[in-house]
Amino acid sequence: MRFRSHEAKAETAVSTSRIVKLEQDILAKNNGYAEANRRYLSAYGIFALNLVSSPGSGKTTLLVKTILALNGTQPLAVIEGDQQTENDAARIRAAGAPALQINTGKGCHLDAQMVGQAMQQLGLQDDSLLLIENVGNLVCPASFDLGEAHKVVILSVTEGEDKPLKYPDMFSAADLMLLNKCDLLPHLEFDADLAIEYAHRINPRLQVIRISAISGEGMTEWLEWIREGCCNAAAAKPEASLG
Amino acid sequence: MHEMSLAENMLQLIEDAAYQQGFTRVKTVWLEIGQLACVEQESLRFGFDVVTRGSIAEQARLEIIETAGQGRCGKCAQSFPLAALYESCPACGSYDVKVTGGDGMRVKELEVE
Repeated sequence: MRFRSHEAKAETAVSTSRIVKLEQDILAKNNGYAEANRRYLSAYGIFALNLVSSPGSGKTTLLVKTILALNGTQPLAVIEGDQQTENDAARIRAAGAPALQINTGKGCHLDAQMVGQAMQQLGLQDDSLLLIENVGNLVCPASFDLGEAHKVVILSVTEGEDKPLKYPDMFSAADLMLLNKCDLLPHLEFDADLAIEYAHRINPRLQVIRISAISGEGMTEWLEWIREGCCNAAAAKPEASLG
Repeated sequence: MHEMSLAENMLQLIEDAAYQQGFTRVKTVWLEIGQLACVEQESLRFGFDVVTRGSIAEQARLEIIETAGQGRCGKCAQSFPLAALYESCPACGSYDVKVTGGDGMRVKELEVE
């Protein structure tokens, strides 16, 4: 009798807990927002780039020069991600482009939901270029799709050649690498060919442009790459949204 | 430290499941993490402990199942275990390697009541 009641008790304890199968990607929510952003961007023919790099690679200077070089020939807007301050958005606005600053606070990356909200606030034009400057960080932004057409990774020659090997996720996720500050090469021991070889080990399909925001080297190629992307995005816009 | 956001995303998945499937406490979470996923397990454990405080998953046990990285060579089509993104194909030496597995992060199942 006593044995039976003990057994019954054990059974009750087991039955209170159950196993629920989820099989869900942790990034599923972010990926859902990213897909919504991508649908919106493609419906309006907008070419979006997610610019990623370490802090201090010269991203903002390069963006300012890019905006000045496009000189009103291409409608564009900029989303700036930083943990703190409005400084970068102010620099972009001074160059003549609408910019919205997202302060992530303690966060180390932009996510697709933040970018979706920023896109709505900016009121993007049809067939425009959207430049998203991510938080300076070569690790975390790699995992978060924002809905962009391409991630563009910026590596400056004042960093180490082996950065692509040390931070492979970002170089693997990117489609274009801008090797920046190339005007400084004569003063450095940086081996540009080796850096590019390392980047290609991680991602053989990675396109590379050697560039300098200061001397202007590579700017023509970079602007051409942007214009081609904008043309393709505008041409791929579904007929329905033309009306 | 994007592990904190990942932990928040995990909690959201769990809370959504709780709403749909009607459970009120989570005792164990089985999480599958690929060897090539960009995540630091100890940071994720820490983040999970922090974000689950006061939630239905407070003090839940986090069981991490690591899955091996898998690659496939674009040149010779060989499939092989891939421990890091910078590794070359062991058969032909090419770096044209495509990741075919072990780069995801999934909540597999939960023990709930």
